[in-house]
Amino acid sequence: MTAQDADLLNYLLAVSLIFTAVLATVAAVTRDPVRQAVVLAVLGGSLAMLFTLLQAPDVALSQLAVGTAVTPLLLLLTARAVKRRRQR
Amino acid sequence: MSRRVRTWVFLAAAAVLGVAFAAACTGLPDFGGERHPYGDRAAAAALRQQIANAVASVTFDQRGFDTLGEELMLFGAVLGTIVLLRRAPDERRVRPPRVRVLPSTRAYGTVLLPVVLLTAAYLVAHGHLTPGGGFQAGVIAASGVHLAYLAADYRVLERIRPTAALDVTHAAGAAAYAALGFAGFAAAAGTYLRNAAPHGTLRELASGGLVPAFNTAVFAAVGAGVVVLLAHFLDQALEIESAEERSG
Amino acid sequence: MIMDVLPYLTAGWIFLVGLYGVVTSSDLIHTVGSLAVTQSSTYVLLLAIGYREGGTAPVYGDTSARTPVVDPVVQAMALTDVVVGATVTALLLALVLQAAKRHGTTDPDQLTGLRG
Repeated sequence: MTAQDADLLNYLLAVSLIFTAVLATVAAVTRDPVRQAVVLAVLGGSLAMLFTLLQAPDVALSQLAVGTAVTPLLLLLTARAVKRRRQR
Repeated sequence: MSRRVRTWVFLAAAAVLGVAFAAACTGLPDFGGERHPYGDRAAAAALRQQIANAVASVTFDQRGFDTLGEELMLFGAVLGTIVLLRRAPDERRVRPPRVRVLPSTRAYGTVLLPVVLLTAAYLVAHGHLTPGGGFQAGVIAASGVHLAYLAADYRVLERIRPTAALDVTHAAGAAAYAALGFAGFAAAAGTYLRNAAPHGTLRELASGGLVPAFNTAVFAAVGAGVVVLLAHFLDQALEIESAEERSG
Repeated sequence: MIMDVLPYLTAGWIFLVGLYGVVTSSDLIHTVGSLAVTQSSTYVLLLAIGYREGGTAPVYGDTSARTPVVDPVVQAMALTDVVVGATVTALLLALVLQAAKRHGTTDPDQLTGLRG
């Protein structure tokens, strides 16, 4: 790897880290559970990207499926189930 | 404590923690540094054991007991959720109405579902060679099955998802992992969860000793477990109604 | 150089904003979502500690055994926890759903007193 490649990789890592931190902040301050689930799905994708850049493809695979699909889906279904019980 | 007081107490504590953490970070080895004593030894051990994917080697060969703990946590969490979300005596099932889907959407789901399942199977079978393994393939397969819900409708999902059989598969996967540990006693000076099978040649499909078997057991536990979890939440969101809702 | 500590600081920041979400939450579903954010900070910290500049992923698929690789130990820890964490999230959400059924609310400040 040339010095130029290393600089580029570091730059990508920095961008990815800051992007992830911003998304995490947005996710924490989004009060509505349905909107939060959507932000969490994007955060999950961003984390998977970051893990790939950190040379962790195994973790990125787990994170991609869990972070973008399973966790947001669980939150959405819970929000819907709770809402259904309230509307009676 | 009112919400306002609670927030201020937290912000004060967070400021202290933040400053202390930032100070501690400057004392950590620099990011991207060369010194990784544990990593170097674990990677060397993976090569010695002929397991190309060093992460799989750490998960199942070098720290198999740790993974047994994770496996039990997974089992306990799924079991707890099933017990909490079972249908109460004052609740009843209602069939959600059938919805019409665009034929193109349905075709997309029909084509994509086998592709996802095939990808998951590949990830399990090659978990000791390339990135992947039981944990990843399990969640990918479980979320892939729910494509049927997005592309067709809930009834189709219920048909391809026999919950009772998957309950058993989940438990059997967890049990198989624990049972495979006893194979470790087969070797001389054997111990629980020792990777006792012959290790084969690096990068060949039949290598890594028991790692592919561990991966398969974990795949069954994780894949079935996550499908069952989502099934119970879908039930709660779409099907189960309380008695009051019925009268109201 | 800032890049020497930026990944660690990012992990710390994600941890704190996640906790902020938990502490100020007025809906238990949002609390669980924020806890998921907090949890992801541990993966960032672990993987940041294991990173080696110029190292490849710890998979000797088509690389020589002498190639420098990043730390596989922290990756194994993070990888299993991502999956187990999702099932624990499900358990917490099941508890939230039960609380909503018994008390008719998911606001933690309105959940006062015990009810059977």
